[in-house]
Amino acid sequence: MYRSAVFNEPLIKELGTSVKRDDKKIKSLDILPDSLRRKEKLNLPNIDETQIVRHFLRLSQMNYGIDTGVYPLGSCTMKYNPKICEEIARWDNFSNIHPCQDVSTCQGNLQIIFELERMLCELTGMDYFSLQPAAGAQGEFLGMLLTRAYYENKNDKKRNEVILPDTAHGTNPSSVTMAGYKLIEIPSTKDGTVDLNILEKILSEKTACFMLTNPNTLGIFESDILEISKLVHDAGALLYYDGANMNAIMGKARPGDMGFDIVHLNLHKTFATPHGGGGPGSGPVGVKTKLEKFLPVPRIGKTKKGFIIDYDAPDSIGKIKSFYGNFSVILKAYIYILLMGGNGLKESSEIAVLNSNYMKKKLLDSGKYDMPFKELRKHEFVLSCEKLKQKKEIRAFDIAKRLLDYGFHPPTIYFPLIVKEALMIEPTESESKEDLDRYINALIKIADEKPEIIKNAPNNTSVKCVDEVGATKNPVLTWNMI
Amino acid sequence: MNLIPNSTLKNAILKEMGLENIEELFSDIPKKIRINNLDLPKGLTQQDAEQHLRKIANKNKSFNNLPSFLGGGIKPHYIPSIVKSITSRSEFYTAYTPYQSEASQGFLQAMFEYQSMIAELTGMDIANASLYDGETALGEAALMCSRINRRNSFIIPQNISSDKISILKNYTKGADIKIKEISYDKKTGKIDIEKLKKNIDKDTSGVYIENPNYFGIFEDDIEKISKIVKEAGSLLVVGIDPISLGIIKSPGSYNADIVIGEGRSLGNPIDFGGSTLGIFACKKMFLRQLPGRVIGITKDKDNKRAFCMALQTREQHIRRGKATSNICTNEGLCALATLVYLSWLGSNGLEELSKINFEKGQKLAKKIESIEGFKKVFTGVHFNEFVIKCPTNASIINNEMLHHGVQGGLILDQLHPELMNCMLFGISEIHSDEDIEKLVTCLKEASHV
Repeated sequence: MYRSAVFNEPLIKELGTSVKRDDKKIKSLDILPDSLRRKEKLNLPNIDETQIVRHFLRLSQMNYGIDTGVYPLGSCTMKYNPKICEEIARWDNFSNIHPCQDVSTCQGNLQIIFELERMLCELTGMDYFSLQPAAGAQGEFLGMLLTRAYYENKNDKKRNEVILPDTAHGTNPSSVTMAGYKLIEIPSTKDGTVDLNILEKILSEKTACFMLTNPNTLGIFESDILEISKLVHDAGALLYYDGANMNAIMGKARPGDMGFDIVHLNLHKTFATPHGGGGPGSGPVGVKTKLEKFLPVPRIGKTKKGFIIDYDAPDSIGKIKSFYGNFSVILKAYIYILLMGGNGLKESSEIAVLNSNYMKKKLLDSGKYDMPFKELRKHEFVLSCEKLKQKKEIRAFDIAKRLLDYGFHPPTIYFPLIVKEALMIEPTESESKEDLDRYINALIKIADEKPEIIKNAPNNTSVKCVDEVGATKNPVLTWNMI
Repeated sequence: MNLIPNSTLKNAILKEMGLENIEELFSDIPKKIRINNLDLPKGLTQQDAEQHLRKIANKNKSFNNLPSFLGGGIKPHYIPSIVKSITSRSEFYTAYTPYQSEASQGFLQAMFEYQSMIAELTGMDIANASLYDGETALGEAALMCSRINRRNSFIIPQNISSDKISILKNYTKGADIKIKEISYDKKTGKIDIEKLKKNIDKDTSGVYIENPNYFGIFEDDIEKISKIVKEAGSLLVVGIDPISLGIIKSPGSYNADIVIGEGRSLGNPIDFGGSTLGIFACKKMFLRQLPGRVIGITKDKDNKRAFCMALQTREQHIRRGKATSNICTNEGLCALATLVYLSWLGSNGLEELSKINFEKGQKLAKKIESIEGFKKVFTGVHFNEFVIKCPTNASIINNEMLHHGVQGGLILDQLHPELMNCMLFGISEIHSDEDIEKLVTCLKEASHV
């Protein structure tokens, strides 16, 4: 049975000794104007190094990562993060480089950026890439800014709407409104895919873009993609690809060939860079040639003399993130692609899809869970616990918490919104058959457990079920607010 | 090495599922768009990959081999080993966003501590668990100001980086916020207060000042600026260099409403400009308009102290098109590094570090000014960066210095035509006296070429 470490670990402030403020004047500080000088005490704890290390080590032991065990969060692609990538990214000659150094002294880093852009073009079938966005959501936002620039450049001022299906990730609608577009969400068909009739009706001379995840968040491949592409382009709009689910189709199909004009990828999902407890990530954006001139500056180019940093792009939207993006993440993804090679990436997708369909089949065969919509899934699938809710008032939330007692990280829950009591499972290619079987068995076993046992979970984590509502009702966000 | 455990079991699993071929699982992809291969090289072994990367790395020169005096808001700082040791714990770095509180108490507590320390440092009530970088933090701040007071014009001085201005404009375009740029005082390098007075009006949602600004100069008339902003009913947004806050008063003490900044310098490697860390702090009363993730204290079922994500109804995964921001993935691990770094320094260490950076900045400026023809451009008091006018072509000087193994300052004339042949120099605690001597000698020689 799994047990997480349980420490009643104090806040780091509570470990600190209060050292008297060192008030001795340093001569050169005399020129610091009095109006600037800090007079209030800086209340950071002063702690011995040993105590600090123990504090954070204990905290780490109360945290679950992909290195702890199975972590099948849907749409998050929690695959194993190769250690070699971490190590190389810390090399002095990669990490201790200033972004404004003379180009002759950072040719290696520029080569990494240049080559990764080309690799991503090949993987997606796009013509050009920018690695500047710091995350998928920022990639989407950049995509919307490129869309705006494209129509502004054509002097087409009518197009102020963006359409997306109701299965879209939450960041999609949010990025759309942040870029100033009117948002139109359309309902999916009984199959869980885009409804062509509705789409055709909604598309108009006001449509700037249609955003789509393919396979979508149900794990279903949008087989009508070529028809969708035609409808969108016939209406004069652009087609945007949310690449969160790219791990399903590498080496099998490419968004560029499907007709997508703009694509974002998540290096911290598909390309095995760690999620870091929430970041840093990287959300590169790829475009077709017609959109190239709007990409952010600088672009990294290659000349006979070597790699160059090029700011000469009069139609560019400018910048959305400082310098060249999260280079450390870019480098790790580059190393990952080198390790896997084209065939390895293709195999990753094949096994990710195999693992997902294997789990899906076993869980559906058990009869404990339902799966609305189309049967064939890609790298992820979404079960419904509605039957358990009806039968014994067990919700997706309860199942998730109970899985923790079995030593597993739960799947994504309550998403996509069109599945009731959703469990969204994405095992990735990183899991062995033994682990998949253990996870399957846990889910089947839980379904038969007594409701009071399930509702009492989790028991083996560092804290028991957490009152999340309380944290919002009465927000305590710093130790000064306690 | 095999990163795909089931690759050898593929056929067995297919058989168990009653399938013959993996292709059956891809039958829903139209034939017309199917591909069979990717035109990418074959995979490398770890050993070969390492060798390959070594060759690429050798084309770079790190600042440990090439002393660098580049300014521009990003400078190397010393990182104690404890930071790498803690952030290398894979329980931390291989975790996802802490949606499942019970399995993420370690990271959640760390982020709560990070928020607390940032609030303390900036003198604000609350801070979020990070944004992408200091630049996008300004964009989010401008959007937040308009959400708070429903005004639609935002004032910035031109003594901030042009990249920041570009990013700000991109972030605020969709919300139709007008960005008003006011020029800086060409003599002092500080914000032109008369221009601010002239431009601020009832439509001004917020005013941004940077302290120290892009040219390294402190805005010492902050009380006056703060008063002007408040009297117009606008919000004051202040950009900080966190390392200066050991000796400089916190923005909270002069009534700032929102504080932003680049936090990378606190314990994160320079990494060619990224990963970065967007600091974002504000007054408690603006809590509901805060962008990004925030961690709060609560209790578990047994009434024990616990941590979890708070106020999630502001965020995109719940509020979708009406969220306060689209941000999801942030810079969690960089925030953790910053927390460990600040814990290691403590208030005493940060005050000391702040003093050292200030002093080194003064010392280097004096040394450079002692060379014939080199002169500080602005009279305002500066921190660890400053602008120098060179006697001859700045690019030629820098090229010459490179040949002698020194990376000079950042040349400004491309983005600031008014600063022809000027360089932005930066220095920190990592620069030795020997480095400084080397720079001075090279500058002397290079200016005579």
